[in-house]
Amino acid sequence: MAAGPDIDPMHQFVIEPIFGSFGHNNPFVFTNSALWTLIVLGTIWLFMFGGMKRELIPGRWQVAVEGLIGFVDDMVNVSIGPEGKRYLPWVFTSFVFLLFANLMGNMPFGIISAAHPFTVTSQFTFTGVMSIITFAIVLGVGFWKHGLHFLSLFVPKDAPFIFKIFITPIELISFLVRPFSLGLRPFIAMFAGHVLLDVFGNFVVQALNAHSAGGIGITILCFLFIMFVSMIELLVAAIQAYVFAILTSLYISEAVNLH
Amino acid sequence: MDVASAKLIGAGLAAIGVGAASLGVGFVFGSFLQSAIRNPAASDGQQGRLYIGFAAAELLGLMAFAVAMLILFASK
Repeated sequence: MAAGPDIDPMHQFVIEPIFGSFGHNNPFVFTNSALWTLIVLGTIWLFMFGGMKRELIPGRWQVAVEGLIGFVDDMVNVSIGPEGKRYLPWVFTSFVFLLFANLMGNMPFGIISAAHPFTVTSQFTFTGVMSIITFAIVLGVGFWKHGLHFLSLFVPKDAPFIFKIFITPIELISFLVRPFSLGLRPFIAMFAGHVLLDVFGNFVVQALNAHSAGGIGITILCFLFIMFVSMIELLVAAIQAYVFAILTSLYISEAVNLH
Repeated sequence: MDVASAKLIGAGLAAIGVGAASLGVGFVFGSFLQSAIRNPAASDGQQGRLYIGFAAAELLGLMAFAVAMLILFASK
């Protein structure tokens, strides 16, 4: 390893207790993850509350909130069909929570004080539980609506018999992997972006400490790269929330409509 | 070769997969643009499918990143 202070990009994901401590028999600890979850939920509540006055002539805020709801509503109606209204609450909840949590994790609050934002979606426990909820809905709706006929989801409809033998196990494995991949995607995207930002942030400081002309050049290059990656991160934050919502509505649509 | 340096080489090899996924993502958006420019009126209706294809291609790159991180930090 090179000389100089070690780069520790994993430190930002450590869950630390704020009140209480991880002792024996003490599962109820208020951690930084819990704090930032509450902050994200509070921000969502403020945003939604400000726009739900139902005025006849909507102001800017109300237009923003109604636009967000209309966007998700359109997505659900297009992919699920006329029954989509029933599943709107969960799709909208997951979309808005992921969007706000991803964006809040990128905010540079560290400049103001020592309160660095903790990205709650960079923990697999969060996104994993969200994908488990999605698949609980998929399996519940599928078996409740179609009974054991739901299993015909794995059999391609108009295929020769010899194809069905080969395709059915592949479809089954593909279905079994989906809860894993659905939760993994937003988690890794946030995780990778934050590691990248942390590593290049360390490069800026280390190159500045080198006190040489080349060091200054590397500092400027790394700083420009950080700005570029930060903008990409804002894009990725929105795309991942959108992808989670659209895949959720797609999977629910398969359970509702069977093919 | 000791285990620590083998670990670093393995993580570097796993990072090749991220570049391979970038080919996939570029192909998805490239072919979408090709057809969207031919028929701009129909392109808006296909945005959802575009992002589903993007997600499927991107997931494999993210998996490669996860494997690299597991090699670096989780394996003893």
